Amino acid sequence: MNTPLSHYLVFSALLFGIGFAGAVARRSAILVLIGIELMLNAANLNFIAFWRYGPHAEALTGVMFVLFSIAIAAAEAAVGLALVIAIYRQRKTAQVDCLDTLKG
Amino acid sequence: MPNEIAFYLIAALTVAFAVAAMSLRHLIHCALCAAAAFAGLAMIYLQLDAEFVGFAQLLVYVGAIAILIVFAVLLTRGDEVRPGSSQSSPSWMTGVAVAVLVLAAIAIPVLSSPSLQRKAPSAVVAPVKRIGEQLMSRYVLPLEMIGILLTGALLGAVVIAMRDEPEVELPARWPAARSAEPEEAMSLP
Repeated sequence: MNTPLSHYLVFSALLFGIGFAGAVARRSAILVLIGIELMLNAANLNFIAFWRYGPHAEALTGVMFVLFSIAIAAAEAAVGLALVIAIYRQRKTAQVDCLDTLKG
Repeated sequence: MPNEIAFYLIAALTVAFAVAAMSLRHLIHCALCAAAAFAGLAMIYLQLDAEFVGFAQLLVYVGAIAILIVFAVLLTRGDEVRPGSSQSSPSWMTGVAVAVLVLAAIAIPVLSSPSLQRKAPSAVVAPVKRIGEQLMSRYVLPLEMIGILLTGALLGAVVIAMRDEPEVELPARWPAARSAEPEEAMSLP
């Protein structure tokens, strides 16, 4: 394990930037959700890298945080995609720039 | 040494898949590339000695979330394949510029910080037994809360995505309602 910690952090920053760019630049609501998932994953990678390189690895704090974070991401994806499907059924589109009113 | 080569190889592949997931034209290709990027991240977790998290990532992301995304893409088909319609929002250049700024704001301090250049301590073990013990002792309350949250979120997802049933069944089950509005009940298919 001679890779310095900063390389993992830069890799995670790259993933975060890619996810961010996709979330703000694409028109499809599903792709916005994928971008958000990528950003969440980048944060998870930071937790794991700091846990591995930290002095108290036996406390397992980073691993626990990532496990809970994965569970929350699963809940978020389920609700988000259900919302996309419900909106598509009502408006016949899932492009975020067409969805500018809350009233059905 | 093979460990580093594995890291750089998997990291490059994962970044490439993530870029593809965010930039390809067809949503199905995007979803599959995102699944590949999630799998690459799982390999990075395995490489960082977090086996349980790596396999959980594989199960949850590649096994469940990617499939969910593919289903959502298939269920919302029709408006994304129109030729000539743009795939990106009109102000996408601003968005990408902000993303590059964010990336620079994270990466430059990380690369210039001397304390982050350290090497990993050798031999970290995170056995599943210890994770289970911690989950049942120290983290038992968060675990229960996650259970409640997942139940609520999944029930909510079902309720949100459920198709509203047309009210044709109602007059048949309620004779009073049928006698009150017979012609409406007949006219509905």
